[in-house]
Amino acid sequence: MKLTRRSAVKGIGALAAAPAFGRMAFAETPPNMLVIAGTIDDIVSLDPQESFEFSGSDILNNMYGSLVSFDPKDLSAGYIPDLAESWEISNEGKTFTFKMRPGVKFTSGNPVTAKDVEYSLRRAVAMEKTPSFILTQFGFNADNMEETLVATDDMTFQLTTDKTYATSFVLNCLTATIAYVVDSETVKANEVDGDWGNGWLKTNSAGSGAYSLVNWKANESYTLQVNPEFWRGAPAMQRVIIQHIGESATQRLLLEKGDVDIARNLTPEDIAAVEAQEGIEVDSDLRGRIMYFSLNQAKPILSDPKVIEAMKYLVDYEGMANSFLKGQYTVHQAFLPLTYMGELKEKPYSLDIEKAKALLAEAGHGDGFELEIIVRTAQERVQIAQSLQNTFAQAGITVSITQGTAKQILARYRARDFDIYLGAWGPDYPDPHTNADTFAHNPDNSLEAGLTGKLAWRNSWDIPEMTKATEAALVEQDRDTRAQMYVDIQREWQKTSPFVPMFQKIEQVARRSNVQGFVTGSAITAAFYWPVTK
Amino acid sequence: MASDTLQSTSHTGWRAWLLTDTPASRMQARLGQLYLGWRTFRSNPLALIGFLIIVALVLMAIFAPLLAVHDPYAQNLDLRLRAPGEDGYWLGSDDLGRDIWSRIVHGAPITLQIVAIVAVTAPTIGLLVGTAAGYLGGWIDVVLMRITDIFLAFPRLVLALAFVAVLGAGIENAILAITLTAWPPYARIARAETLTIRRADFIAAIRLQGAGPIRIITGHIWPLCLSSIIIRVTLDMAGVILTAAGLGFLGLGAQPPLPEWGAMISAGRDFFLDSWWVATIPGLAIFIVSLGFNLLGDGLRDVLDPKRKSA
Amino acid sequence: MTDTTAAAGRRRTAPLVRRGAALLSTLGVIAVTMFGLIFVTFIIGRVMPVDPVLAVVGERASKEIYDRVYFEMGLDKSLVEQFWIYLTDVLTGNFGTSTLTARPVVEDIARVFPATLELATIGVIIGIVFGVPMGVTAAVYQGRWPDHVVRLFGLFGYSMPIFWLALMGLIIFYGNLDWVGAPTGRVDVFYQDIVPPVTGMILIDSAIAGDWTIFWNAVSHVVLPAAILGYYSLAYISRMTRSFMIEELSKEYVTTARVKGLSERAVIWRHAVGNVSVPLITVIALSYANLLEGSVLTETIFSWPGLGQYITNALLNADMAAVLGGTVVVGLTFVGLNMLSDVLYRVLDPRARS
Repeated sequence: MKLTRRSAVKGIGALAAAPAFGRMAFAETPPNMLVIAGTIDDIVSLDPQESFEFSGSDILNNMYGSLVSFDPKDLSAGYIPDLAESWEISNEGKTFTFKMRPGVKFTSGNPVTAKDVEYSLRRAVAMEKTPSFILTQFGFNADNMEETLVATDDMTFQLTTDKTYATSFVLNCLTATIAYVVDSETVKANEVDGDWGNGWLKTNSAGSGAYSLVNWKANESYTLQVNPEFWRGAPAMQRVIIQHIGESATQRLLLEKGDVDIARNLTPEDIAAVEAQEGIEVDSDLRGRIMYFSLNQAKPILSDPKVIEAMKYLVDYEGMANSFLKGQYTVHQAFLPLTYMGELKEKPYSLDIEKAKALLAEAGHGDGFELEIIVRTAQERVQIAQSLQNTFAQAGITVSITQGTAKQILARYRARDFDIYLGAWGPDYPDPHTNADTFAHNPDNSLEAGLTGKLAWRNSWDIPEMTKATEAALVEQDRDTRAQMYVDIQREWQKTSPFVPMFQKIEQVARRSNVQGFVTGSAITAAFYWPVTK
Repeated sequence: MASDTLQSTSHTGWRAWLLTDTPASRMQARLGQLYLGWRTFRSNPLALIGFLIIVALVLMAIFAPLLAVHDPYAQNLDLRLRAPGEDGYWLGSDDLGRDIWSRIVHGAPITLQIVAIVAVTAPTIGLLVGTAAGYLGGWIDVVLMRITDIFLAFPRLVLALAFVAVLGAGIENAILAITLTAWPPYARIARAETLTIRRADFIAAIRLQGAGPIRIITGHIWPLCLSSIIIRVTLDMAGVILTAAGLGFLGLGAQPPLPEWGAMISAGRDFFLDSWWVATIPGLAIFIVSLGFNLLGDGLRDVLDPKRKSA
Repeated sequence: MTDTTAAAGRRRTAPLVRRGAALLSTLGVIAVTMFGLIFVTFIIGRVMPVDPVLAVVGERASKEIYDRVYFEMGLDKSLVEQFWIYLTDVLTGNFGTSTLTARPVVEDIARVFPATLELATIGVIIGIVFGVPMGVTAAVYQGRWPDHVVRLFGLFGYSMPIFWLALMGLIIFYGNLDWVGAPTGRVDVFYQDIVPPVTGMILIDSAIAGDWTIFWNAVSHVVLPAAILGYYSLAYISRMTRSFMIEELSKEYVTTARVKGLSERAVIWRHAVGNVSVPLITVIALSYANLLEGSVLTETIFSWPGLGQYITNALLNADMAAVLGGTVVVGLTFVGLNMLSDVLYRVLDPRARS
């Protein structure tokens, strides 16, 4: 494959004389192969109807098609036809009829038909894996799916929701991973004990996308092979390998040496260093993740509106964004990510110790009090926690930090067992409802309700009014009115909520200069490998 | 070897009392032994250096507030990652603009605490188990060694994590967890030593004089095992400090912003390529301290080892 | 083990019976240790503050899904019942399926253990080859400069954090000098999965397949991480060797041998080293066993797909099937090495044989 590699070090004994045998000074990946250094340790399944992790959606986005999807060259255009060529909406906006695109094939050679769509969506509903709520929120369930999710013929698929929702909401949800279309014949052939082929599909692929899976080695790498029949045109890269490289320093060395084409997880310091180098370029792209902290409303002291407001003035937003988060987070103070419909750009809060002190004094806590921040062990989060600890202390609030593994911290968050939670939230599908649903919707705040999926519930934030407003926005048919409704909700939320959003994520992708066309998916979707050329 | 120099010094007053060949009391004999040990120790310059390093560490721990030039917790995001010597930071500043020297100084008591607890407890447990198993043999050996094996056969991280899970997070419990995972190797070493010692003629002689197993183990086998154990302990110290940091990474050790050296190293990892000092300086601190313990340990062994005194 | 030989020695039974009894009791020892290991791991899995259900359902799961999985995983059953189910599964070779990798644990371990084995074996060989002569030299020149150099050298490696050494090594030998392969695991990315796996150890597999390009590529990848692990084992081995040798050289027989006119070389290497080889075996076995447990940090920095990363990841994510499986493998390795060192002990040391 590559001659330079063949003369690699000739054994330990030859180490002393190594320069003579050494590789050529500049390594390079093969021209038709894309090698990416990233982190893939969060992937636990490659079944699109089960996967719910960031890196999982990256790989699936390149292996499967869906009824509607995005154009990587113009993500801001929103959803566009993919496996469905066109659609019609009838029955007061409740019935969506999709016409399938003719001539598209799965990598197995089977044609993509409406039957496959029917199978995939029913599969999602029936298996009830965690992301299934994205579809079941339209009223689908295992009992009614035979009537609500139907292939009327090979080329026509029809779905019927339980009430009228905003059209954009329904279609946006159909771009999510859970609605990706699997090859029903292949998956059925691998069913075991009525598991809908889940056991098999966790580690295999059966899609119609640009690539198919060669193998996935958990925590190590995955390899994709091109689908020459891809209906949008065969990709230039014959093979794509994503290597799991946990350390930023290692990723940087690999990129500098040309052993990888793209490095996706460099720290701000490493980005600054590679940016200055010849042959490497850095692209910045706004992603959907919001970094926030929240105050548990079950704690009396934290539910005082004055205390809540004071907390919002005790964050060194600019200081953090310009130092250890430089280039990788932008200050953002609303729950919808920038670029989303209904985005709110206003940033009313900044570090103001005096104002915070005054507010705390008004609330009767001028002498200060003690709090615990729980945070998972991840460099940037622990740094943020320490910065908060520092600024809070200036207003007399003594903060202890408890760090732990993601699962430990999450378990406490879900059990409402915390004072302050510091963490991040990423949208599940590219519709404003995804974040509104979790940050501003809490139909039943009781402990028994156990709405553990919703952040408002986890923080014991009881908001009957705002819950109604969020539900109203969900069924609003007019796009502009709907957008305005989200702006209004966020203005109110920004003022009163116990959530303190601080930053929105910017992904800095460092690539060799000859690599063009890589798309991270921005705030709305996952990465695209197939437009890449070099 | 040191005895030649001893003879030549004039024996006066308390010194003569300590060095007498005919001690009047057991107490006098013991003190005499101690004094002799100290002379041997003092004549070994490396051991002395080790001793001084440890003394320095202790002093640093005691006078930390006086030695630190900055507040170890004070952040300054405008002056982050400064190289040593820049902007008044003797040893540079870390990712949040905190003074590394001040953090090192304030980290000394924590390090001392970790080292002291582990160094005392783990070898003691190991020694008890190992010598008992090795000397008594039979089913006691079987049972003790099976328990040791089970502990030894465990991935240490799994074990430590479980102990902390039961005891609760925090630096003290992390130390205890390390202790509980650190004793099995000592037990094995002690047992191996005991196996070779127990059939020695002098042990048989002592047994004939009517000494019971407890007296033989504590009085005769322990001192002989001590040298292997001590070298292992002193060598393990650096590892212990680094393991404490590893637990911190899992959220089980020192919690931020505590300036525990191992935790400082972990935090410096992300800046290694451009800001080497953030991780290297606490690393060097650990190196110096473990060097101190090692040199001290070697010196102590020469003093404590009964086999060598006869020479 | 001591107990078995002692018991067998007392009864002067026929050699065949004696050997059979020894074998049986050895197997018994293994069984007891393994049972203890599985039991303790199981208990640990239950007291860990990490929620195994969350590991399966993810952050955003609703309460209904959470509860359903909780029952599916059998967590509502009593501890005794759960342990019994686990034990019977393990005895039939079923270690369960990892929630993290979605594959049977046995399959995962067959993938990660050879990687660690390869690394650890080369590491310990480096440790022995350099550590023992260094220790002997230090002992012979006790208190003089070769001694100080050896001790400082060992100590430095031991107290600098491993990632510091690893990254330094990478910058120098990969970044600047280009002597070693990229830190992308065991071979370059495009050489992965080419040689058919026989042992799972790429060095051996590529040699079997006769693919020397991949063999040398694998060598260039293993050199640096193995050298770094070897450094650690060297520090320990050289120090213990030095200490054993100092003790040995002060013994009377050494003086006698010298007086009798034996060459210094013969005294040191034939007699003294021969005698310290007995305790040294325990030391080497411990060191090897530690390496076989896998080193998380080294593996992380070199993206080495080994056991250390596997167990740690499983632990952090409450993937208890994988933790149990990994623990059993580490446990078996330890027990095996212990047995081996005990046997060697008996063969080499006449005192322990009596």
